[in-house]
Amino acid sequence: MSAYEELDATALAESIVRGERTAEETTADALRVIDERNDELFAFVSVDREGALARARALDERRAAGEAPGPLHGVPVALKANMCLAGAEVSCASKILAGYRPPYTATFVQRLIDAGAVPVGMTNMDEFAMGSSSENSAFGVTRNPWDVTRTPGGSSSGSAVAVASGMVPIALGSDTGGSVRQPAAMCGIVGYKPTYGRVSRYGLVAFGSSLDQVSPFARSTRDACRVMEVISGPDELDSTCVDAPPVAAGAGTGALAGLRVGVPPEYFPDDLDADVRACVEAAIEAMRAKGAEIVPVSLPHTDVAIPTYYVVATAEASSNLARYDGVRYGPRAEGDGTLQGMFAATRDAGFGDEVKRRILLGTYVLSSGYHEAWYGRALRVRRLLADEFDVAFQEVDVVACPTAPTAAFSLGEKSADPVAMYLSDTMTVPASLAGLPACSVPCGFVGARDAQLPVGLQVIGRPLADELVLAVARAFEAATDHRRRPPRSAGGAA
Amino acid sequence: MDSPELEIVKRTAALARLEITDAEARTLAPQFARILAQFQVLTSVDVEGVEPMTGATRLADVTRADEPRASLPRAATLANAPDERDGFYGVPKTIGGGS
Repeated sequence: MSAYEELDATALAESIVRGERTAEETTADALRVIDERNDELFAFVSVDREGALARARALDERRAAGEAPGPLHGVPVALKANMCLAGAEVSCASKILAGYRPPYTATFVQRLIDAGAVPVGMTNMDEFAMGSSSENSAFGVTRNPWDVTRTPGGSSSGSAVAVASGMVPIALGSDTGGSVRQPAAMCGIVGYKPTYGRVSRYGLVAFGSSLDQVSPFARSTRDACRVMEVISGPDELDSTCVDAPPVAAGAGTGALAGLRVGVPPEYFPDDLDADVRACVEAAIEAMRAKGAEIVPVSLPHTDVAIPTYYVVATAEASSNLARYDGVRYGPRAEGDGTLQGMFAATRDAGFGDEVKRRILLGTYVLSSGYHEAWYGRALRVRRLLADEFDVAFQEVDVVACPTAPTAAFSLGEKSADPVAMYLSDTMTVPASLAGLPACSVPCGFVGARDAQLPVGLQVIGRPLADELVLAVARAFEAATDHRRRPPRSAGGAA
Repeated sequence: MDSPELEIVKRTAALARLEITDAEARTLAPQFARILAQFQVLTSVDVEGVEPMTGATRLADVTRADEPRASLPRAATLANAPDERDGFYGVPKTIGGGS
């Protein structure tokens, strides 16, 4: 029997169903690895030890009574701290939601539970999912298991690290502008952002509502397929869900032969990290060697995607975060004793610097006299970005490019410079703005032999082509397999 | 006199119901100016005749029958409130004694 940390979710569920291990033992394994590693890495902000073990025991009992197992039977799963699970603390890594325990469970979390998954805890994140490094968490930084002096990426930092470090085989994050794909690339795991509307957002704390998508992390593409099969599909509690059936997990059996793969030169700018470039170019060559046809495609508005994204996302955030005012949840600051004073004092004490910066930016671009010049214009540029993907997809089946312009950067390297931090999202925001499915899959490593850092290949598809994107990622993984586990002790170069 | 950026930051903070100190405003103003300068590139894009894209899908409005249904219990909904009084949210007095 293989060790817990060696198995992906699919293998673990099968092993439990075969009777080689119980769900309770598997959950205990997850708790053991969390105990061993969480002090160093800080993936989890809270762990529900007793609740998880009780849920696992109940699964074992139901199985013993003859109940058919679900596709994630007994699999421990981590949830980002912006996902509602009734009774769990859902803080969004913000002081303004400290102690908040939602009275309801998100649709996608309930679907995981119904499939037999066992939520073990909530993971650290940039506050309200605003950030690319975990450094905006009110609770502390999460460290990259490949090199603990570096960021794991963000904003779904803890979920990525929980999977990469062997604590849990699968986790959920939310991807608004790359918050799952970018940390997946930097941690050497699979991160999959579905087509916008493929997964219900009911129970996901809103940041940018026209962009947010619940997205799985996994150590294998087959696990990402399995999670998508479980969590996707219409939900009457989210009217932005598309009317499409759940993603079919058989999805993952495609071949690269005959596939037309578009490669946009705009994603390989002169200042792209040379090692990342070499790694991704080698990945594209590997696709060609397996019979894919590589076709240059042009996405000329890529260079304006970052400002477009930051106008749209901050505008939506300023509206969504207006609800945090000390009335319905979270700690209250009294201020000068008036209602307005209480609102302002609560928000001042509760929000961190980056969240304030984005609320200000979003309020500004929506304010009278500036609305059309900024927000209105950004929505039109967003249309141009989506349209040029449509044109590219008349020529090719998928687009392949780097997930992030660099491998994991050092903690502290960009935290004082918001613009530099925003630019780390350059290659993920276009698919978010266009609502497209996109997968980051490990494609190699950069750096010296004893200090290697993973790199991700991003595969982007047309709307609702989730099955194809996952199939291509799975075929790439099968052809190359750059999956490796990080060293157990990664002190880094420092 | 405040710089234009400082003035924008203070006015926007008031709109956003954010209480920021003078020191915070002085830190934020140059950051704000730098971010907006970076965003200025948007004005170089020709958007003549382009329809705004307000959502990420091409869905028409989705509606359902307007029928009453069960909602969360009142006590569960109020459980997270910092000031709950007799089944209501408590807030500072807004009439009959100042603002």
